[in-house]
Amino acid sequence: MSDEILKTTPLNAAHRALGARMVGFGGYDMPVQYEGVLAEHKWTREHAGLFDVSHMGQAKITGKDAIEQFERFVPGDYKILKDHKQKYSLLLNDQGGIMDDLMAGKPDHNGLYVVVNAGNKDADFAHLRANLQGDAKLEVLEDRALLAIQGPEAIDVMVQHEPALAELSFMDITWLNVFGVNCYISRSGYTGEDGFEISVPAADAERVWNLLLSDERVKPIGLGARDSLRLEAGLPLHGHDLDATVSPVEADLTFALSKSRKEAANFPGAERILKELAEGPSRKRVNLLVKEGAPAREGAEIADKDGNIIGVVTSGGPSPSTGNKIAIGFVPPAFTEIGTELKVVVRGRPAAAEVVASPFVPTRYYRKPKA
Amino acid sequence: MKFTKDHEWVSLDGDIATVGISAHAAEALGDVVFVETPDVGKTVAKGDSFAVVESVKAASDVYAPVSGEVVEANGALADAPETVNASPEGEGWFAKIKVSDASELDGLMDKAAYDAFLATL
Repeated sequence: MSDEILKTTPLNAAHRALGARMVGFGGYDMPVQYEGVLAEHKWTREHAGLFDVSHMGQAKITGKDAIEQFERFVPGDYKILKDHKQKYSLLLNDQGGIMDDLMAGKPDHNGLYVVVNAGNKDADFAHLRANLQGDAKLEVLEDRALLAIQGPEAIDVMVQHEPALAELSFMDITWLNVFGVNCYISRSGYTGEDGFEISVPAADAERVWNLLLSDERVKPIGLGARDSLRLEAGLPLHGHDLDATVSPVEADLTFALSKSRKEAANFPGAERILKELAEGPSRKRVNLLVKEGAPAREGAEIADKDGNIIGVVTSGGPSPSTGNKIAIGFVPPAFTEIGTELKVVVRGRPAAAEVVASPFVPTRYYRKPKA
Repeated sequence: MKFTKDHEWVSLDGDIATVGISAHAAEALGDVVFVETPDVGKTVAKGDSFAVVESVKAASDVYAPVSGEVVEANGALADAPETVNASPEGEGWFAKIKVSDASELDGLMDKAAYDAFLATL
């Protein structure tokens, strides 16, 4: 890997100017931290954190067949999705495994805007391009950067630039001129906090980044804190908690299976997924509170209280907001009830753990009161 | 104080070696959130993994810079692992080892040699 040529985002020089520690992630040279993971994590929970997520894949799917064609790849109902809304979904393979997780929405009146994970984007886009039919076209938005501003003060920062953003509710998405450029902008994120994800032209990225950072409520946040924040929010990470063998039922992501799509059984892997819905999967994602010893990380085995190995941790570490140690893992359904006493085996030593509810830390998404 | 290429430090007082990780290592790790120190009475050989230090992101082994018997572990790190960042070459020490062969220290770097080594990384 050391001789791998890393790609850069339009903000690479800005990260270096801020003294970021850079690492390879998803094929990109990315900031893992600026001042420190713990400080950045806490700043985001208390103020507003600014993230460069330009490594993620952005695309438009357009054409009159766009929605119908996109639905062939995912289990969500995008026909009933309203304009200016986005919806979380899963790119499924024919075995019902999760090739990637994604956001797809209707920001304008021109098909779908889709965001996928950095490490999967080339495969995702190749898969879509090869299999989209009719007049549905995939256009990869190579020339756009993606920023996320997250935290309780994100809204106050953003309305200074565009008052209309106060009208957006969690998971709303729009196409709007902000910062003097046209942006795809959604009220969403990957931290459990209120906030926005903002797609800007690459040429404007550094200007917008610096403009947002000039607000004293905003600090740059690296991938280290992005990971600990999403873990506390109970949000799975593809390549770790999700992969091409894991089904949406196993991953406890059945909310992504729309009712109409289940009834029609017309998504990839429907046979397995519907069978698991009816009969139960063989393993299921759980949240664990590790009650003693070291943090349990990816790969640590999970045992029942008698010491029998029953599963594995797929993400884990300290929870900076609570001071606890937390983990996500997979175990048979019989062990998934909240309060079930389990053990995690770290460096050969079993430590007490307990199945707890998700999220670990309450999420604070903004849902506009109904008029 | 002497240093290893794996970024541990050792400070000898009589036959008791105090051992920790260097300021460079602590800075490179970032926020230390957990330290696993060795059990008192444990015999370690030079180069053995004898402790673990964990940042938010990862767990890293700490290798014994000298052979001997662990006679004391820094219990304060259990509740205050951040001491390793605040004072890596002082209060953030990991363990004290009763050295079995003091000549093992001869092969280690002094501060000037370690700084020169860091400059090559």
